[in-house]
Amino acid sequence: MQEFVEFTLGGVSDGVIYAAIGLSLVLIWRATRVLNYAQGGLAMFTSYIALMVINATGNYWLGFVVALAAGLVIGGVVERVVIRPAAGKPHLNTVIVTIGLLILVEGLAGIIYGSKNRSFPTPYSIVGAKIGSFDLGEGASPSAIFTAVAVLAAAGLLAVLFRYTPVGLRMRASAFSGTVAQLMGVRVGRITTLGWALAGLIGALAGMLVTPQTFLYPNSMDSIFVLGFTAAVIGGLDSPGGAIVGGLILGVLLNYVTGYVGSNLPELAGLALLILVLMFRPSGLFASTATRQV
Amino acid sequence: MPASSLAVTDVVAGYNSTPVLNGVSITARPATITAVLGANGAGKTTLLRTISGFVRTRGGQVRLDDVSLTRLAPDHIARAGVAHVPEGQGVITELTVEENLKLGLLLRRRADRAAALEDAYRKFSILADRRRRHAATLSGGERQMLVIARALLSAPRVLLLDEPSLGLAPKVVAQVMDLVRQLRDESGLTVLLVEQNARSALSIADQGVVLNLGKVVATAAAGELAADVALRRHYLGF
Amino acid sequence: MTLARNAGLGIIACVVLLVLCSKLDAYRQYQMAQVAATVVAVAGLTVLIGVSGQLSIGHGAFMFVGGYATALLVLHLNWPLALAIVASAVVAGLAGGVMGVAAARLRGPYLAGATLMLAVALPAVAYQWQGVFGGDQGLDFTVNTPGFLGASFQLTEWQGWVCCICLVIVMVLLANLLRSRIGRSWRALRDNETAAALAGLNVARLRVLAFMLSAACAGVAGSLLAMTMLNVTPGAFTLALSIQLLTAVVLGGLGSLAGAVWGGIILVLVPPFLTDFAASHGFSSASASVPIAGYGLVLIIVMLVFPAGIQGGVRRLLGPVAPAATGPVSAIGRRLARRLEEGSTTDARQEGVDKEGTRWPDTAN
Repeated sequence: MQEFVEFTLGGVSDGVIYAAIGLSLVLIWRATRVLNYAQGGLAMFTSYIALMVINATGNYWLGFVVALAAGLVIGGVVERVVIRPAAGKPHLNTVIVTIGLLILVEGLAGIIYGSKNRSFPTPYSIVGAKIGSFDLGEGASPSAIFTAVAVLAAAGLLAVLFRYTPVGLRMRASAFSGTVAQLMGVRVGRITTLGWALAGLIGALAGMLVTPQTFLYPNSMDSIFVLGFTAAVIGGLDSPGGAIVGGLILGVLLNYVTGYVGSNLPELAGLALLILVLMFRPSGLFASTATRQV
Repeated sequence: MPASSLAVTDVVAGYNSTPVLNGVSITARPATITAVLGANGAGKTTLLRTISGFVRTRGGQVRLDDVSLTRLAPDHIARAGVAHVPEGQGVITELTVEENLKLGLLLRRRADRAAALEDAYRKFSILADRRRRHAATLSGGERQMLVIARALLSAPRVLLLDEPSLGLAPKVVAQVMDLVRQLRDESGLTVLLVEQNARSALSIADQGVVLNLGKVVATAAAGELAADVALRRHYLGF
Repeated sequence: MTLARNAGLGIIACVVLLVLCSKLDAYRQYQMAQVAATVVAVAGLTVLIGVSGQLSIGHGAFMFVGGYATALLVLHLNWPLALAIVASAVVAGLAGGVMGVAAARLRGPYLAGATLMLAVALPAVAYQWQGVFGGDQGLDFTVNTPGFLGASFQLTEWQGWVCCICLVIVMVLLANLLRSRIGRSWRALRDNETAAALAGLNVARLRVLAFMLSAACAGVAGSLLAMTMLNVTPGAFTLALSIQLLTAVVLGGLGSLAGAVWGGIILVLVPPFLTDFAASHGFSSASASVPIAGYGLVLIIVMLVFPAGIQGGVRRLLGPVAPAATGPVSAIGRRLARRLEEGSTTDARQEGVDKEGTRWPDTAN
């Protein structure tokens, strides 16, 4: 029983990270129909920026805010500088551009910061909570709770933005039909940039939250990105809610497999889950616009 | 706001190397309805798409009063006050009816939005009943109504209507035509109406323009066109 | 006719490559073997992506399968090398078939996600069953030069020969396949799946077949790399390898076998070059990162400036002056390109073939 609770809570705490990355990918997918393979790499880079600020000022929260702001700016700049010029070229070119961007930022991080592992601070303790003698594990530590709250709050704010604000309506209209949005006077180009910027912010948040566990090095976000991508695909790339659900399912499953079966098997379990879901739902669990994707 | 005029002058436009419009000139005077008539493939829809910026002009000019719209982006043209109701599409099915309507309101001042929406629901009561439903659940006719209502909500100066009667019940067509006429008379709306059904279009129009193979072959007052038996036989089929 | 001509060209290419290989020093022979093996994988992948229109970001997984199959067969069953390579192709092809069936309904990013996860997950097999696959250390095995070449014949030269011979065989087979009915069906499928299905093509079977074939090529490549390095480790078949293969396909020129050669050469030879360059320009502390950043930058620039990749750029240089093209295959020098490579994959959608309503005359005779 204790193990089960521990694995579940640990799974949720990992899962919200995958959910956050997945969510950022969904934002970009909806805005431009592009999968940004550099999303993890950019989050790694903003984490380095945060670490520099934290080391210079000793203030974690200042670094936190700077990282999110950097994510916002970098996301928007990337869309304008390398993604928009690739529009109209074969779709695979955009895929390769984002892969090139990933390789570039990882190389730059290595050049600027070196490739050694750096430890990364957490704002709260990572010691797991206990109820009497019942150990809930690290998944119930103040740090893990902060992680879950931060991601869910960000997702909630995005949901409010999408559903109840004119900007959100413009974003959804542009995502579902750029032509109609233009017809109604929406500046689709700006909305697209905004989508990338918000995705950059969410990615930076995920980087801040996960890096204390992984250490920071140029490739530190690679495996997190793969799992976040998997979460988004399981949920359906058009569905922000699907990314959250996909992330949680994936996180909990991988923790059960690691805990009960073997530490080498979570990736294989993730593959099996992905294939199984896609066999029945080729566009993810919460696909709403399957017919639109060509 | 005073009524606006739309002037299309010697426009050449098309999709590939061969132009669909070959030097088309049409002037829609303020607060009038201009019916654009012609057979399939005459270039009627392309004309509307060119005015609203989705087809690039290769020659000629499009002006809204004294502002040139030539080669502006579609969203810019929409903000300038040209609302385009495309044929048989234009509903975002993933959004609710109300969200679709609110898209039209985005161009209005914030203070006017709520009242305008209520006004639209009064005019289109079917949409009021279905306001929380996804637009995907609407019938073809209801969708067409939604798109027209949305275009009107943006308080346009010029309205481009592409085959509004397509898919609508005759009663609803009459209702829409009445509404268009009312908007012309009361709000000074300038309308460019593309129709296959020349008879019903001419019945409400002030002016008629006949397109054939990308060229204007006749421009006259609606009554004159309807009276010209040879022209009717040749191009309008009634 | 074409078969005979391709076979003839193949024999000439083979002789040239083997003579070239013999003239090189051991390190260059090793590099040549690596290039040849990489080109095999890239060529298989370019057929999958550029011709059949399916994306895979996980082809390293099939190289993993081919490499381990060869190691196990040589190590435990003492199979002769040629047989082990063929068997590796078959095993990897079967693995590709399984993946192809599982992925038959997937499109775009969903297919990308599934193949990406495959590349991440499969090496875990080596860690989980250490008794068979040797865990982190992998498996070491040996290859001997055949007796008829004499005792003084160097192993690196023999490895280079085997890789080059396999490369030529694979390229000749692929070139013929792309000109066959299957190749045409794949292109029809890529350009318009619905139309292809309506025309009576078995879309699902064709897609799975493409997956099997390209996985078999990756299996051969994995086998050749294993044979060159005389060991296999899970660390040699990382996600990075899969991504590099994909970048090589597009960088070289999507759907073109000639482009695959460019891509393979760049993948193997450019990083060491950049490392040397970085080291000699005072980047010593970060020298490992400079080529990485440089490669990323090159990818971005090439994709934005030469959307048709290197082979497209070559065609543009060789062709007559013409307006700039936007498609993966430049509009310029298209006829020459047809002559240069078999199974040219002019993309009808991007090329405006359908817009102008004409097919380009087939001048390859």
